[in-house]
Amino acid sequence: MRTIDVGIITDNINEMCIEANHFLSKDMDMAMKDAARDEEALLGRQILEQLQENLKIAADDMIPICQDTGMAVVFIEAGQDVHFTGGSLEEAVNEGVRRGYTEGFLRKSVVSDPIIRENTKDNTPAVIHYNIVPGDKVTVKVAPKGFGSENMSRVFMLKPADGLDGVKNAVLTAVRDAGPNACPPMVVGVGIGGTFEKCALLSKEALTREVGSHSEIPWVSELEEELLQRINCLGIGPGGLGGTTTALAVNVNTYPTHIAGLPVAVNICCHVNRHVIREI
Amino acid sequence: MMKKHIAAPITRDVARTLRAGEYIYLTGTIYTARDAAHKRMEAALSGNEELPVDLRGQVIYYMGPSPAREGRPIGSAGPTTASRMDRYTPRLLDMGLGAMIGKGKRSREVLDAIVRNESVYLAAVGGAGALLSKCIKESEVVAYDDLGTEAIRKLTVVNFPVIVVADCAGNDLYETAIKEYER
Repeated sequence: MRTIDVGIITDNINEMCIEANHFLSKDMDMAMKDAARDEEALLGRQILEQLQENLKIAADDMIPICQDTGMAVVFIEAGQDVHFTGGSLEEAVNEGVRRGYTEGFLRKSVVSDPIIRENTKDNTPAVIHYNIVPGDKVTVKVAPKGFGSENMSRVFMLKPADGLDGVKNAVLTAVRDAGPNACPPMVVGVGIGGTFEKCALLSKEALTREVGSHSEIPWVSELEEELLQRINCLGIGPGGLGGTTTALAVNVNTYPTHIAGLPVAVNICCHVNRHVIREI
Repeated sequence: MMKKHIAAPITRDVARTLRAGEYIYLTGTIYTARDAAHKRMEAALSGNEELPVDLRGQVIYYMGPSPAREGRPIGSAGPTTASRMDRYTPRLLDMGLGAMIGKGKRSREVLDAIVRNESVYLAAVGGAGALLSKCIKESEVVAYDDLGTEAIRKLTVVNFPVIVVADCAGNDLYETAIKEYER
């Protein structure tokens, strides 16, 4: 049994919120550089160069990469041999978000009620996903999610007969409809299988996978490559103003499902695909 | 690519000449307003009240900034998705709103109102909030202070980069540019 004071979780989440909003992960940074080099459209290239400059200013001057510093999505993978002490884990996570968004001059974008819409003024609560795993480690992932792209995300409850072609059409439809609204070049997270809510979670988790990595399942890996290629033939391009770079990556996660169903979720993320991972 | 320098507010005579695809640097005064401010302005107009800011001939920037660090006028300050304001926009355009800066597609009703009023819709690059922040030299809340990031702000901008997306000739760059690279 390992004991962890929840104050350590707070401290880490505080730092991770600030880090995620000012520095892209290495894989995203590389993908953005490659895109700026490879884009065929002149205006598209200019936009990608502007985004390179934006990333530099964000890091040098500590100005958030994007003003939408997101709703904090936090994944906690806790080993079952860990005993949390010092208070509520959930409150510790929210305290980390509260401090990070205040100390880091991040925008408070959360309203306490979806209809009454009063700003909570500290960006809490976070959306927290817990997962219990063997061992005594805790892995924390912080993925602040902007809503320009979140709003363009979709769930499709397909029929088994729709098969792989149905899945491809669903993803292409979601991306085409998202167009310029989702701040392309985007990263596309796809969840296939499970239930209505499971496939949505799979697609969210897929966004936190390293850009450029591929599934170990052969048909999924092939699907990721084919979809990326087809999305980049849609013409949407950087900023949605035309070009050959519409997506930087398509990450697909799958799960067993019911004999009657084929759920597909498409979670779209803009080029500010933020995630920071720490093991505690 | 031709890059034009334009003064803000943008006069109707200038707006009339702008064409989709042009790259522009804006210098002058613009106002921010996004979802909550639009909702309040709509409520004011429906109650026959005056708007807190005279938007006739002015430029609205759909933007809610992150907080400013010490010594800076504003935090990260990129555009938000314009389509969320679509249901409020035709009325504002018919009242004389000059131009809009945002990102993403507009509704048919908004595009028609742009043509009808000889207005223009400009896009700033979404997700370039740090870079755009550097083009904002002054920022002052002028209405709806209680809305925090969603308050109406008066901004002084210098060489603020935007691209003309929808013009008064009925062009929509989001529709045309994509076709060029569709394969």
